[in-house]
Amino acid sequence: MSWQPVIGLEIHIHLKTRTKMFCRCELAYGLDANTRTCPICLGHPGTLPVPNARAIEWTIKLGLALGCEIADRAIFHRKNYFYPDLPKGYQISQYDEPLCRHGRLLVPGPEVDAEVGIVRAHLEEDAAKNVHVGGAAGRIHGAGRTLVDFNRGGTPLVEIVTRPDLHSADEARRFLQLLRQTVVELGISDAEMEKGSLRFDVNVSVRPAGSDELRTRTELKNMNSFAFAARGIQREVDRQIGIYEAGGEVEQETLHFDPDHELAPPLRSKEEAQDYRYFPEPDLVPLAPPRQLVERLRKEIPEPPGARIRRFESQYGLRFYDAEVLNGSVALAELYERVVSAGVDAKAASNVLMNEFARTGVEPGAVDAVELAKVIEARARIPRDRFNEALAGSGDPGFDAERYLGDGLVVETSELEPLVERVLAANEKEVAAYRAGKRGLLGFFVGQVMRETGGNADARVVNELLRTKLDA
Amino acid sequence: MIDTLRLTAEEAAALLERRELSAAELHAAYLDAIRARDGELHAYLRTVDEPDADGVPVALKDLICTRGVETTAGSRILAGYVPPYDATVATRCRAARLSFLGKTNMDEFAMGSSTENSGFGPTRNPWDPDRVPGGSSGGSAAAVAAGLAPWALGSDTGGSIKQPAALCGVVGLRPTYGTVSRYGIVAFASSLDQIGPIAKTVRDCALLYRIIAGRDPCDTTTVDLPESVELPETEHLRGLRVGVPRELNEAEGIEPGVTEAVNRAVELARELGADVSECELPRSVEYGLSCYYLIAPAEASSNLARYDGVRYGLRSETNGDTRAMYERTRHDGFGDEPKRRIMLGAYALSAGYYEAFYGQAQKVRTLIRREHDALFERFDVLLSPTSPTVAFRLGERTENPLAMYLSDVLTIPSNLAGLPGLSIPCGLSEGLPVGLQLIGRQFAENALFRVGHALERALAFGYVPSRLRDGGAV
Repeated sequence: MSWQPVIGLEIHIHLKTRTKMFCRCELAYGLDANTRTCPICLGHPGTLPVPNARAIEWTIKLGLALGCEIADRAIFHRKNYFYPDLPKGYQISQYDEPLCRHGRLLVPGPEVDAEVGIVRAHLEEDAAKNVHVGGAAGRIHGAGRTLVDFNRGGTPLVEIVTRPDLHSADEARRFLQLLRQTVVELGISDAEMEKGSLRFDVNVSVRPAGSDELRTRTELKNMNSFAFAARGIQREVDRQIGIYEAGGEVEQETLHFDPDHELAPPLRSKEEAQDYRYFPEPDLVPLAPPRQLVERLRKEIPEPPGARIRRFESQYGLRFYDAEVLNGSVALAELYERVVSAGVDAKAASNVLMNEFARTGVEPGAVDAVELAKVIEARARIPRDRFNEALAGSGDPGFDAERYLGDGLVVETSELEPLVERVLAANEKEVAAYRAGKRGLLGFFVGQVMRETGGNADARVVNELLRTKLDA
Repeated sequence: MIDTLRLTAEEAAALLERRELSAAELHAAYLDAIRARDGELHAYLRTVDEPDADGVPVALKDLICTRGVETTAGSRILAGYVPPYDATVATRCRAARLSFLGKTNMDEFAMGSSTENSGFGPTRNPWDPDRVPGGSSGGSAAAVAAGLAPWALGSDTGGSIKQPAALCGVVGLRPTYGTVSRYGIVAFASSLDQIGPIAKTVRDCALLYRIIAGRDPCDTTTVDLPESVELPETEHLRGLRVGVPRELNEAEGIEPGVTEAVNRAVELARELGADVSECELPRSVEYGLSCYYLIAPAEASSNLARYDGVRYGLRSETNGDTRAMYERTRHDGFGDEPKRRIMLGAYALSAGYYEAFYGQAQKVRTLIRREHDALFERFDVLLSPTSPTVAFRLGERTENPLAMYLSDVLTIPSNLAGLPGLSIPCGLSEGLPVGLQLIGRQFAENALFRVGHALERALAFGYVPSRLRDGGAV
C-alpha cells in the first residue's frame, strides 16, 4: 500500500518590536538575566497589561500577507496554568476570537503550488525562560535548582497554525522557509531559530494514499532547524507507516526530537489532559482594528516571496530551483533584478549570483548592481582570480568595476610568446614529462605563465600558445 | 486640639489652607487617635508615622500598592511584600499632596463582608466593638467612623465599599466601572473591582473622587469622565425622578428597622421635591447573587494564580519539587475564603462547565445591565437599603458562607451592571447605623452626590458613633 503523510505546523514567531507585549520593557537578547523586567512582566500584584499597538499592527500585517481575514473584533483570553516561567499563572493569549484567520499560503514547488491553509494567526505574550542548574544539559530531570530569567517574558509572540495540508517533509521544509522569509521581509521578526525567535511544532500522521481520513497524529517538538525538521518528519512518517504495515496502531503522543540521535524518542506518552480554563481577559478591552488601518497595512505589504519565485520563472525564464535560490532573500532577489535590468543576460546573472557571488558571502543589499553588472559582463574576458576578487569586493563602499577591468587582458600572442618561451625553458623536466604523456601538466604551465603576467593574461590564449609550443 | 471624630476632610483642608494647622500636626493628631482607639478596633494593619506630603492625610485599604510600604491585601501569602511601585490612585493622592496615614485592614483579597476574613485578625465596629464593621473595606470604614482618618480609599467588587460604609455610619462611593484606575490594586475580580472613597460627608466623597478619577494609560479599561466632578450645593431635589425598586426594598431578610429608616429617607426625598415612584428590577435581584458568585470567583481563581511562592510573598519550603512548593505555599498562605472561591471559580471555568456556568453568568450579566438601563430611562436615581441588616456580631456568619454572601444581595445587582452607587447613613436601627443606597446611571456620580448631599443635610445624621461622642477629642 502507498501512504500519504499529513502534516500540520504550529509556528511561534517573536515580533521585533522595541518593547514587550504588555509592558514597556525593551526587548533584548543575550543580556544578563533579569535586567529587562518591571512589576508588570514580573506579575506583581495589581499590575495590568497595556497592549503594544505596534505588535497588533504587525500581526495584522502578517495576517494580510498570509491571506487571512482580519477580525473586526478580536479578544485576548487568559490561558491558565502553573509554571515558574509564567509569572501571572496565566498567559495572555487569544482563543476563539483571534486577530487573523482563514488564510492560505501558496508554496511554490518544482511542479505545482502547495496550498497551505492558515487556520489562524494570533498574538500572545511569550513566557520567561527556566534555567535548570546543577543537572545534565539544562534539562529539568535531575536538575538541582531552577532559576528563572524573565527578560524574555512578555515578548510579543505570534502563533500561526496551519491546516494539515502538507504532504511531505520537503514540502513542510519549504513552507517553513517561505513563512520565515515572509516575516523577515515584512520586517516584523528576525525569525532566527538560534535566538529562539522562531520555533515550531509539527503534527504528523499518515493515511492510505487517496483517502481523506485523518488518523492519529503525533506531535514533534524541539526542532531546532528546518533541515532537522525535515529529517525528523521523514523518520516519523516512516515509523508510522511501519507501525500500520505491521498491523499496529499509532498512539497519540508528543515526541522530542533529539538532533544528536535523530531519533524521536517519546518525551511523554499520551497527552496530558490539560485544562487551561480559557476565559476572556477582563483587564483588556476587545481589539477592534479600524478598517482604514487594515487597508493602510494592506498597502504596505511587499510582494510575497512565493509570488516572486513564480514571477522569476516566467519573467526571466528561470528554472524553479534557480528562482527559489535567488529568492532566498529579498536582497538577493532585488540584486538579481537590478543586475538583469542593467543588461546582463538573465541566465548568466542567475548562475553568477547563485554560485560565485554566493560563495563570497557578500551582503547582496550592499552591492551596486550597475558595477556588478559590468563585472559579470566581463567575466569571459578577465582572469578567474580577478573575477572572483571583483565579486568579493563588490559590496565595498565605492566599488569600481573598472579597477578590475581597467588594464584589460594581455591577449596578444606576440606579447605572451616570450613569456611562454621563458616558462618552458625554466621547466625542462616538466616539459619532458609532458611530452612523455603527462598531459595533466598543462595546467602547471598555464599557472606559471599566469603568475608571470600577474593574472592579466587571457587563459584561453595562453592555453593555445602552450599547446602549440609543447605539441610542436 | 483637633477633634478628629468630627473634623471633615473639607474642614481639615480649610484649616491647612488658612495655616491654622500644619500638616504635621494634623497627621500627628490622627496617629494619636489611632494609638488611643485602634488597639480595640484594629482598623489599621500599619501606619505611616511621618507625613510625606503637606495636605490632608488619607488611609488606604491594604490592597492599594504603595511603593516602599508593605501591602498584603489582608493575606498571609503577601506578608512582607513591599511593592516596588505605586498604584495610580496612590500616585494621584500624592499628586494632590495627601499624606498616607497607613494601610487599613480588609477581608483577605477583598473576599468577605465583615473583615473577619483578614489574615491578620478582624476589625471591630466603632459603634459596637462586638460587631463587625462590614467588609471587605471594613478597616477603611471603621477608621473614618472612629476618627482615625478624615477619609479613606476602599475597593468595591460586590459591595465592599457601600456595605461597610453603611454598617459604620459613613458615606461610601462605588464609582462607575472604568472611572477609577485599577492599576496597582491587588486584583480580586477584575471586571468588578473599583476603588472609591469612604468619608464622613458626601462632599468629602466627591472631593476624593475628583482626585482619583479619570483615564489612566496604565489601565485600558478606564475612560475620561464625561463631565467634571461637581461639589454638591443644592439642598432640594426638585425635578429629580427617584425610583424605588420593589425587589431591592422588599427582599427577604431585610430587617424591619432597616426598612423603616430607608422608608423615612424615601419620604424625605419626596418632601425635598423629588418625584418618587415604585419600580421593578425582577431578574437583577433574583439572579444577581448567583451570577456574581460565578463571575467573581472565576476571575479570582485566575487573579490569585500568581501567588505561587516563586517571586515574592510567602514561600513554603519543600523537598525541591516545584509543584509541591506551589501546593504547600498556597495551602499555608491562603485562608478558607480565597480557597473556597478559587475552587468555585476554577470549576466554573473548566472544560465542559464553562458554558453552563461562566458563559451563562455573562449572559445573565448582560440581562441585568439591560434591566437597569431600561429603568434609567425613567429615573435619575434608584433608592434601596445598602445592606439588609445592620452590623452583625463577630462570628455570627463565619460558619455560614451563604449567610455572609447575602450581606451583598442588594449591592451586587448594580455592581454587575457597572453602575455607580453611593451609601449614606439614613438613621439608626437598634442603635446601629442603617445605610441608604443610591444607584445612578453610568457616569452619573454628580447626580448621586447631589441627591446624597441633599438627603444628608435633611437627615442630619450624627456620624460620630454614640459611644465615642463624649471622648472624641484627643
